[in-house]
Amino acid sequence: MAGSSEAQIDLTPAMNLEPVPLLDWLIVMPVAWCIVVGTILLMMRKNTAQQHLVAIPAMGVQVLITAALLSQIIINGPTTMVMGRWLPPFGIAFTVDILGAVLAFTAAVVALACTIYGIKDVNGSGRRYGFYSFLFLLMAGVSGAFLTGDIFNLYVWFEVLLIASFGLLILGSEKGQLDGATKYAFLNLVATTLFLIATAYLYGIFGTLNMADIALKIAQSDGTLPLNTVAGLFVLAFVMKAAAFPVNFWLPASYHTPRVVVSALFAGLLTKVGVYAILRIYTMLFSLQREALEPTVNIDALSFAVAIVACLTMLLGAIGALAQTNIRRLLGFLVISGIGVMLMGVAIGTEAALGGTIFYAVHSILVMTALYIAAGMAAKLCGGAEDMTKIRGIYQKNTLLAAITLMLFFAVAGLPPFSGFWPKLMLVKASIEGAPWWAPFSILLTGFLSTIAVGRVWALSYWKPEDDDNETQDDANAKSPIGVSDFVPLIGLTIIVVVVGVFPQSVFELAYQSAEQLVNPVAYIESVFGSEVVE
Amino acid sequence: MRTLIFRTAVPYLASLMILFSIFVLLRGHNEPGGGFIGGLIAASAFAIYGIANGVAPVRRAMHFHPMSIAAAGLLISSISGLVSVFAGVPFMTGLWGSIYILGEKIKISSILFFDIGVYLVVVGAIASIALTLEERERE
Repeated sequence: MAGSSEAQIDLTPAMNLEPVPLLDWLIVMPVAWCIVVGTILLMMRKNTAQQHLVAIPAMGVQVLITAALLSQIIINGPTTMVMGRWLPPFGIAFTVDILGAVLAFTAAVVALACTIYGIKDVNGSGRRYGFYSFLFLLMAGVSGAFLTGDIFNLYVWFEVLLIASFGLLILGSEKGQLDGATKYAFLNLVATTLFLIATAYLYGIFGTLNMADIALKIAQSDGTLPLNTVAGLFVLAFVMKAAAFPVNFWLPASYHTPRVVVSALFAGLLTKVGVYAILRIYTMLFSLQREALEPTVNIDALSFAVAIVACLTMLLGAIGALAQTNIRRLLGFLVISGIGVMLMGVAIGTEAALGGTIFYAVHSILVMTALYIAAGMAAKLCGGAEDMTKIRGIYQKNTLLAAITLMLFFAVAGLPPFSGFWPKLMLVKASIEGAPWWAPFSILLTGFLSTIAVGRVWALSYWKPEDDDNETQDDANAKSPIGVSDFVPLIGLTIIVVVVGVFPQSVFELAYQSAEQLVNPVAYIESVFGSEVVE
Repeated sequence: MRTLIFRTAVPYLASLMILFSIFVLLRGHNEPGGGFIGGLIAASAFAIYGIANGVAPVRRAMHFHPMSIAAAGLLISSISGLVSVFAGVPFMTGLWGSIYILGEKIKISSILFFDIGVYLVVVGAIASIALTLEERERE
C-alpha cells in the first residue's frame, strides 16, 4: 500500500538464492521438531494418561534427526542454513559443525532416557503442569544453542532453555523447590544479562552478530580493540552458567530439589551448554586475538585466570562431594568438579586439550544423567530417603541396580574401562605438555578425591547390609517399587558409557575433529560465506 | 468493579477491542501493527471483561484454555516456517500467493500465518496470566 511507490532496491546480494538441498533441513529440524511436539503436548496436557505415548516416540524421532544430522556433518563438513534466505550480517544463520552436532545428538539421547524415566517419576499433576511440554521446549533451547551460528540467537536459546528449566524446577511447588529455584533464577538472570551486555559490546565493535563473521573480523583486527574485556565478560557469563567456582553456589542449592528426572536432565545438559558456549565463543572466536596478546608465553593472562578457576572448581567439587551425605547434593558437586576438568582443557587451548574437553562433555552428559536416575531409583527402594545414612543395603535389595551404579561411579571418578577414563587421560597428557605443574596435579587429585567420595557412598549405602531389626520392611519391599520403565533408560545409558569406555576410538576421532574445527574454523567460516572469503 | 455502568459498557467495549485487535493484526504487514500488539489488545479485552463480570464467563467465552490457545499459536507459527521446505528455500522464508474474493485480489503469505500465530501466543499467554491474577484477587 504505502510502500508501493518507493524505488525498488536490489536485494539479491544480501540473499541466498540457491536452492536449498533437503538434507540441509536437518539443521533446523531438531529445534523445529521440539517446538512442534512441545506445543502439541501443551494442548493435550489434560490427557495425562496419553502424554508419554506421544512424548517417547517424538523424542525417539529427535534422536534419529540429530543422528542423521551428525552423520551428515561428518560426511559433508560444517553446514549452514540462513533463515529466510537473508545472508549474514542481516539474517540469522544456523551453522553446525561436528562439536554442535555431537552435543545435540548426545543431548537427545539423554533426553530420551529422561522421557522414559519420567513415565513413573512424574505423576498426574506434574504432567498437567506441563512436564513433557517443558521437556520439549528445554530440548528446543538446548538444541538451538548447540546449532546456531549467531551470538544473539545463542542468547535467545539460552533464554528459551532457562524459562523451560524454571518451569521444570518448580514442578510441584514445594518450599525447597522455590528456594532452590530463586537462587537458580537469580544467578542465571545475572549471567544472561552479562552475556547480553558482552554481546552488545561485540556488536558495537564489529557491527555483526554472526559468529563466522566475527571470527573473520577478529582475525583481521589490529589489536587496538578492547577484545580482552569483551572476552572476559563472555567468560564470566558462561562460567556462571556452567557453575564454576566462585559462582557455583546455585547448582548444589537447586539440583536436589526438583523431581529426580528433572535433576537428571539438568545435570546432564544445562551446565554443558555453558561449557559449549565457552568453547564456541572463547576458543573459536577469540583465539587469534589471544595469541597476539603475549606471544612469548604459552598461556596468556585470561587463559591463566580460566586455568585457576578450573583448578579451584574441580577441587571444590571433589571436596564438596566428600562433605555431603545427601546423595543428590553429592552428585551436584560431582557435576561441578567435572566442569572444572572441562574448563582446564579450554584454558590450555591446544587441540589435544580441547579434544579432551569435548570428550569429557559427552561423557559427563551421559554419566551424570545416569547417576541421578540411579540415585532416584535407590531412593525409591528405601522409601524416598536420599540421605546416605538412611539408604542401606541396596546390594541386598537389588543387585542389578547396585552393579550398574558401581560402573557409573567408576566412570564418574575416571577409572578404566569406563568412559570417564579417556578424556581425563587426554587432559592430563595435554596439561603436562602445555600448563604449569599444578594443572595435571589437580586433575589427578580430583580423580582421587571423587573416587573416595563415590566409594564412600557405595560402601555405606550399597554394600553395607541393612540392619537386622527391620525384617518387616523387607517384606513390604518384596514387590519392588522400581519397574521396567526405570531400568530401561538406566541400562541404556550405562551400556553407552561402557561401550564408549571400551571402544573409545570413534569418539576420540570425533572429539579431535571437532577440536580441530574449533582451533582452525576455516571450514566453519567457509560454510557461511563460501570459499572465496577466506584467504 | 461491579458498577452498573462498567458492566453494561464492557461487553461492547470488549467486542470493539477484539475487532480492533484483528484490524491491527491484519494491517501490520505494511503499516504499524502486527501480531504482537494485536494480541496485547485482545488480551486486554479479555482482562477487562474478567474485571467486570468475573473470570468464569471469560473462560467460558474463550472456550479453549488460554494456554492451549498459546500452544496452537506457536504451532501455527512453526508450521508457517516449515512450509517453505516445499518451495526449496530456507526455513522461515516468506512465500506469497494471492486469491480472488469478489474480484478483489488479496495477497496471502506464510508471513501472515506466522503473525496470526504470534497473535494467538500473545493472547493465550497474557490472558492466562491476567485471568489467574484476577481469580486470586477474588478469593
